[in-house]
Amino acid sequence: MQFFFEVLIGGLLSGIMYSLVALGFVLIFKASGVLNFAQGAMVYFAALSLVGCMEKGAPLWLAFILALVVMTLLGIATERFLLRKLVNQTPISLFMATIGLSFFVEGLAPMLWGNQVRSLDIGLVDEPIAWILDQYNIVVSTFDLFAAGMALLLVGGLALFFQYTRVGRALRAVADDHQAALSIGIPLQHIWALVWGVAGFVALVAGMLWGSRNGVQFALTFTALKALPVLILGGFTSVPGAIVGGLIIGSTEKLAEIYIPPVLQDIFGGNFGGIENWFPYVLALLFLLVRPEGLFGERHIDRV
Amino acid sequence: MIYRETGQFKTSYATDQQIFPIRQDRIGVLLLLVAAFVVVPLVAGSYWFNAILIPFLIFALAALGLNILTGYAGQLSLGSAAFMAVGAYAAYNFQVRVEGIPVLVSFVLAGLAAAGVGILFGLPSLRIKGFYLAVATLAAQFFIVWCLTKFPYLSNNSSSGVISVPNIEMLGFTFDTPQSRYLFVLTIVSLLALAAKNMARSTTGRAWMAVRDMDVAAEVIGIPLMRTKLLAFAVSSFYCGVAGALYAFCYLGSVEPDGFSLDMSFKILFMIIVGGVGSVLGSFLGAAFILLLPIFLDVTMPWLAELVHLPFDSATVSHIQLMVFGALIMFFLVVEPHGLARLWQIGKEKLRLWPFPH
Repeated sequence: MQFFFEVLIGGLLSGIMYSLVALGFVLIFKASGVLNFAQGAMVYFAALSLVGCMEKGAPLWLAFILALVVMTLLGIATERFLLRKLVNQTPISLFMATIGLSFFVEGLAPMLWGNQVRSLDIGLVDEPIAWILDQYNIVVSTFDLFAAGMALLLVGGLALFFQYTRVGRALRAVADDHQAALSIGIPLQHIWALVWGVAGFVALVAGMLWGSRNGVQFALTFTALKALPVLILGGFTSVPGAIVGGLIIGSTEKLAEIYIPPVLQDIFGGNFGGIENWFPYVLALLFLLVRPEGLFGERHIDRV
Repeated sequence: MIYRETGQFKTSYATDQQIFPIRQDRIGVLLLLVAAFVVVPLVAGSYWFNAILIPFLIFALAALGLNILTGYAGQLSLGSAAFMAVGAYAAYNFQVRVEGIPVLVSFVLAGLAAAGVGILFGLPSLRIKGFYLAVATLAAQFFIVWCLTKFPYLSNNSSSGVISVPNIEMLGFTFDTPQSRYLFVLTIVSLLALAAKNMARSTTGRAWMAVRDMDVAAEVIGIPLMRTKLLAFAVSSFYCGVAGALYAFCYLGSVEPDGFSLDMSFKILFMIIVGGVGSVLGSFLGAAFILLLPIFLDVTMPWLAELVHLPFDSATVSHIQLMVFGALIMFFLVVEPHGLARLWQIGKEKLRLWPFPH
């Protein structure tokens, strides 16, 4: 039971990390109806920019601001040169365009900053907290708690932003109906540039946390693949869904990785590790069969 | 003038509904087939066969499979490489486990096995659509590759799932030269392409297109959604499965599950975007483009580097390749969403009127 809880908590904490990436997806989808496959590449780009600025001698806060500027520029460029030209196209072509964008960014980032694996030090130690270890004998690191706090802060902030600010209301209006929003005078292009900027900010936070844990490297782009099942489980349009989905995916995948292979091994023999690569997808898929719009997604009605 | 169909009267339904209704098209396709079957084997060297022509045909077949699903039936799939893997491993298993099974039979069975798996992973399409479905097909991609790596039975107990296939033998003839393998692949691909072209204009194809354009409306006019969607998954996976079997047997000779990666699925998706979504010709054009582009970049990049006096190492070249790939995808989606096939159509339009502008 002890072990079970340890795995569960480890899973929940890594789930929070997935949620951070998923948040970026949700933001853009909510505001423009684009499933931005390039979010993973953006996480990589953001982390590389941060490390690159720090290598040039900037302190962390300055590097963070510089990286944010870079990400905002990327967002604006995406809006200007890609999305604006694809207005009125089907959602699927927009999705494929973001796949193209992700390839482009994956090539651009190492061209600008170099492709060697680098460590990122943000002043947090990845060590278990002593008193929890003593009291309950469960490993929880300060780093994980910080990441969790960060995610909650982001979600809270974004929820307030969407609900109570002028810009947030405009964003929701754009998400509902581009044309109607445009007709009542909401500047569509500014809104989109802004959303991509905010998504860049989320990517930067995710990249910072992931990068300081696993090193800044190309593998960061695969965080997008971890975030996708979180998204379909939570629903594409729901910020809380991203968090809850992340927690579910993170915990179940770690539990599956520990508890399923021995069962398979008993039946078939051989080694069955690596279940966590596909388990979230199959789980999300089975869940969708029961509830096609995800946990918190909007149920849509088809009209002919 | 060249492409004018004036004077070609259709006096029966059969002639009106044939696959290539215009005489110039029929002659063109015939010439193309003659060139591919007779001229190419005479002039091309073994580098051309092994590195360009055979992979081109195989990927064109896979792209054709994905195009049936995505272009005609409108169900976006990100797992086509996994279905190729199913085809490759199924063909291998039939060859190894069934004594004296003819190669073609094992290929057809491999295609059917892939079709079965395709139907299984197509089932969610009845409940979910759009992005949710696209992400769901990723489940197929990861799960199938994992299965092939982990279950030793599927790769006949070889380590880490690598399979090495024997040369193809048929009626006492061994396909061991690049030339013969090229002809083998070409025959299968042309037959299947013709079948796809035929399917696209049949009831099935029209039902797929109706579902693609609006599935609720299609259901209202009496098209059975479940059967149509699952059939699209089955046919598409069949094509991908046969392509996978050819990939293992005629191109590489030895494959591992990780070779059928997500990157390969994306590559096939790019082929149909660049070539033209919903077009048989487009699958071929797209496959040629996506396969030739890296070769072209490999050749020209060092030359360009010398021109501007910049040292390009291999890492930079691969980064530039990624960027060019991504930029091209975006470029095509923005400028010509219907791909290279559309360019050919515009060209035909011009040829019809030439030498007059209108």
